[in-house]
Amino acid sequence: MPEIAHQPRLAIENLQAWYGESHVLHGIDLEVHDGEVVTLLGRNGAGRTTTLKSILGLVGKRSGSIRLDGQEVIAEPTHRIAHIGALGYCPEERGIYARLSVDENLRLPPQLTAQGMSADEIYTMFPNLAERRRSLGGQLSGGEQQMLAIGRILRTGARLLLLDEITEGLAPVIVQALGKTIRDLKARGLTIVLVEQNFHFAEGLADRHYVIEHGRVAEVFQAEDIATGGDRLNAYLSV
Amino acid sequence: MPSLNMVLAQAMLGLNVGIFYAMLSLGLAVIFGLLGVINFAHGAFYMLGAFLALIGYSYLSVWLGIDGFGFGFWAALIIVPIVVAIIGMIIERLLLRRLYGQDPIYGLLLTFGVALIMQGLFTNYFSVAGTPYPGKPESLGGAINLGFMYFPTYRLFSIVLSIVVCLATWFVIERTRLGSTLRAGVENPQLTQAFGINVPRMITLTFGFGVGLAGLAGVLAAPIYSVSPLMGADLIVVVFAVVVIGGMGSIMGAIVTGLALGLIQGLTKVVYPPAANTVIFFIMVAVLLIRPAGLFGKHEKG
Repeated sequence: MPEIAHQPRLAIENLQAWYGESHVLHGIDLEVHDGEVVTLLGRNGAGRTTTLKSILGLVGKRSGSIRLDGQEVIAEPTHRIAHIGALGYCPEERGIYARLSVDENLRLPPQLTAQGMSADEIYTMFPNLAERRRSLGGQLSGGEQQMLAIGRILRTGARLLLLDEITEGLAPVIVQALGKTIRDLKARGLTIVLVEQNFHFAEGLADRHYVIEHGRVAEVFQAEDIATGGDRLNAYLSV
Repeated sequence: MPSLNMVLAQAMLGLNVGIFYAMLSLGLAVIFGLLGVINFAHGAFYMLGAFLALIGYSYLSVWLGIDGFGFGFWAALIIVPIVVAIIGMIIERLLLRRLYGQDPIYGLLLTFGVALIMQGLFTNYFSVAGTPYPGKPESLGGAINLGFMYFPTYRLFSIVLSIVVCLATWFVIERTRLGSTLRAGVENPQLTQAFGINVPRMITLTFGFGVGLAGLAGVLAAPIYSVSPLMGADLIVVVFAVVVIGGMGSIMGAIVTGLALGLIQGLTKVVYPPAANTVIFFIMVAVLLIRPAGLFGKHEKG
């Protein structure tokens, strides 16, 4: 039984993926252990979002290995994966249901573990949402939608969060608040995979950075190596 | 100049027809919303419901050779929609599901084929002219004095029950947690699955529910219209027109449109009887020209 404690929460090996005919991922390898925060960095189109979607089975054809707590999930139907890995997913487009109310959006994703926050706790954490709980999802601002997207996966008790571009298009004040939220979640022991364009946001939070380029992991930077690796990193991220 | 009593009487009859339109277009709208399938077999499931009620009452004991084995009207109201739903779910699982990634035309053709098969099957064993359903309960016999007319008790019962079922369906879909899960599945099935909700199972159950509603309408129709293999085909053409007029966008829209068109049809009978059968289609053409998405229609699905 001690074996299981050492299994990475997420282990991806030689993941290849296709959108129709287009070969998008050419062999992604990465590993995330319990309580770690890692980022996927890289240019647009490099394959970061596709990697996250592949974990959930939202991509057409895949090969390779994706293991959650040691269990192989690459062949599992999408609706089982969240339960297997206690996964919470914030898609790049936020995915707020326009025709459901804020409260309905919040309560929609099913409970995955007993460690979820209650709806009241989430409304306390995000008072803006509490005020608008009867509004329709489509009526919220970008920042409010982002908070709702995070809030609803916290309610499920997800222990492994996949967050895709959560700071995109948001005001600096909100980005700061999100940074604090992620730090709090990390302190609670959640495991987080962040896809981020905003490197300054990611820098203070992550234990490790994976640079994705052309559907492969080009380089891995430990948090402490960022200072020395700055130039190389900029080369990867510049257009 | 038609008398007020005549107008009200036709309005009541129109309401009766209208609530059947409403129940059937409600089932169609729910199925289309989640599956993206235009269920051409919907009328056939309505017909199946009526036949199962008839078989349960008159034929089951004969076919099985067991005396007194069968079920009457009240039991049919519960048993038949469930059986129809189960048959529908089997068809969805085995047949329809294979077509989901494809052009919507294939789902349409498949359900059309299913309708023809069901119809053909029953035509083999039953008269096309119609078999009366003898199981109308005594308690619902006779007529009630509404003031402007004597309205058959059974017809009033069918209206009230249908309205209750339609409103209950609207309530579940729009106001409950289960309904929000369904609406989420309609809006974004991929993300909904990513959260861990079994959308494929929800689709199967929704199809079962939609056709179960049609089956219930069939049971209610049996004592009024007698039971014929073509009763679904006759009705479904009008129901499609109702759905085109109302649009596939909302549940309440389907209910309101069905009732309104039934009333309009009834009132046309008083004002200008020759147009009664076609007035709905005139309205359909007008709506298609002015507001193609339908009166309550929202976005185009896939």
